[in-house]
Amino acid sequence: MDEVRKKELTEMAKKLRIDILEMLCEAGSGHSGGSLSMADVFSYLYFSGILNVDPKNPDKKDRDRVVLSKGHACPVWYAALAEKGYFDKSHLKKLRKYGSILQGHPDMRKTPGVDMTTGSLGQGLSCAVGMAIGAKLDNLGCKIFAIVGDGECNEGQIWEAAMAAAHYKLDNLIAIVDKNGLQIDGFTKDVMNTEPLAEKWRAFGWEVIEIDGHNFDQIDSAIGRAIETKGKPVCIIAHTTKGKGVYFMENVCDWHGKAPSKEEKEKALASLCGEGAE
Amino acid sequence: MEGTRSTRDAYGEVLVSLGVENPKIVVVDADVSKATRTSLFARQFPERFFNVGVAEQNLMGVAAGLSLTGLIPIASTFAVFATGRAFDQVRNTIAYGNCNVKIVATHGGITVGEDGASHQSIEDIALMRVLPNMKVIVPADAFEVEKALRAAVRIYGPVYIRLGRVPVPTVTSKCSHFEIGRANVLRDGSDLAILATGIMVSESLKAAEILSSEGVESAVINVHTIKPLDRETVLETAKRCGALITAEEHSIVGGLGSAVAELLSTECWVALGMVGVKDTFGESGSPKELMKKYGITAGDIVEKAKEVLNKKKTGRAVCR
Ligand SMILES: Cc1ncc(C[n+]2csc(CCOP(=O)(O)OP(=O)(O)O)c2C)c(N)n1
Ligand SMILES: [Mg+2]
Repeated sequence: MDEVRKKELTEMAKKLRIDILEMLCEAGSGHSGGSLSMADVFSYLYFSGILNVDPKNPDKKDRDRVVLSKGHACPVWYAALAEKGYFDKSHLKKLRKYGSILQGHPDMRKTPGVDMTTGSLGQGLSCAVGMAIGAKLDNLGCKIFAIVGDGECNEGQIWEAAMAAAHYKLDNLIAIVDKNGLQIDGFTKDVMNTEPLAEKWRAFGWEVIEIDGHNFDQIDSAIGRAIETKGKPVCIIAHTTKGKGVYFMENVCDWHGKAPSKEEKEKALASLCGEGAE
Repeated sequence: MEGTRSTRDAYGEVLVSLGVENPKIVVVDADVSKATRTSLFARQFPERFFNVGVAEQNLMGVAAGLSLTGLIPIASTFAVFATGRAFDQVRNTIAYGNCNVKIVATHGGITVGEDGASHQSIEDIALMRVLPNMKVIVPADAFEVEKALRAAVRIYGPVYIRLGRVPVPTVTSKCSHFEIGRANVLRDGSDLAILATGIMVSESLKAAEILSSEGVESAVINVHTIKPLDRETVLETAKRCGALITAEEHSIVGGLGSAVAELLSTECWVALGMVGVKDTFGESGSPKELMKKYGITAGDIVEKAKEVLNKKKTGRAVCR
């Protein structure tokens, strides 16, 4: 990937992280860690030009779909949708508030650009399978992206969906697993070990690509390869750091479902600019 | 009404005491042990705590299996997932098998708040109430959590206990009587009776005060057990007052209101009003804002009371 583009995407990821921190602080609750870990992937998805979407026509029939199966990380999605122009950025300040279009978990009936209602873990990937089948039937030629959590992979339904996607040879479906190694109750390896994760997806009939989920070259080449892949679905296992970019949130379990206070937010914003890292 | 405390906080503490007293108690959770407060038990008794990860269906199956070796498993997760995600496991494995599993779910109702509709359980009472063998308890406050849990562990068979996320006012006392299936009269009155469960008990007491200041004397009855419903108390109250209101932080479809209506429709026709969420999903917002929007405050009970009293005046109560 050329350096100019990489710089733009890096800048955008930083913007998304700032948006995430600002909106969560304002909301007073919500999920910091799993939103920050996906900022680079979302920057790439929405601002590299890879997605065929139109913020002015969010429901256009042949659009590429995004399903945030790990719905609690919606702040990163809302930030990307706002920056992309789906709705005014002022909405971000109303995250989780009464009457807001930005619900605590994604609601496709309330938020433009949200392709699937999620929040109950494990269900989004199945919907992505349905979309991928439908897109093929209708010859829409669109791609379906599903973002899945590594803790979420505990859910049996993920594997039911995985089986179906391979069975139906859904090469228009790309799952991105946010492998940040943490879930609510601790490290994934301690709470419920999903290893060997890549082998599991492979055994289920998927093409598996493992990358550093904060490296744009790797994200770019993985998604490029995924789009080229024919005859089977592709699972990109993105190795990430939960809370990425904010030194005191990085890899700290407690920041899964917590929003920063005003002081913490200021510290976090400084951290994004490279200050205060220990 | 002194002090407020969340029923889940009370649960975490009681669970530890129970663990000390009864070595057969084991706890199973699905990656939400901090939120359900079973983490307290996990810290004290790591060898008797099992985290199955984000896998509620497996949670229920594992709990059933544990019960069949003579242990007393307590399975905890959020109410939507315990009763919704794992419904078939609860039905076909736990209830049909009459397994000795206690399901203690937190985050019941709309007061879950900011997380939004996906996490607000407003149909769990209905789902659990339709299952044979299952008992359904909704403690009104922290004191009642302890009593409910102890009572549930004392009996054999599946029990569903619904707890909440936010602090609620204390409406019972340490020594007030608790018996599964026996409703408690908290306030006397003969113009009308409010049958309330969970956090709506305190709202009902507030409503009764307001009504009293307007010259209407209403009884308030804490229906902590929705199944088995205390038929005797409900029917006796219906006959005595001639007008009933049910109040629940739950859909009016299938919950306490429905249970009472089922009974009245076959046994005793009196004016009945239901306060609850009216067949709609919730949304994000503060618990207070949502209670107001979805019509489950003391004010809504007062309004419903006037409607029901009007019906009582103009209609005819028929009891046999
Ligand atoms: C069915 C279901 N069970 C439980 C929860 C509560 N919950 C929210 S996030 C989470 C942990 C998810 O971990 P992971 O998928 O690894 O997310 P990330 O680390 O990316 O935030 C849990 C258990 C839920 N939302 N849905
Ligand atoms: Mg994770």
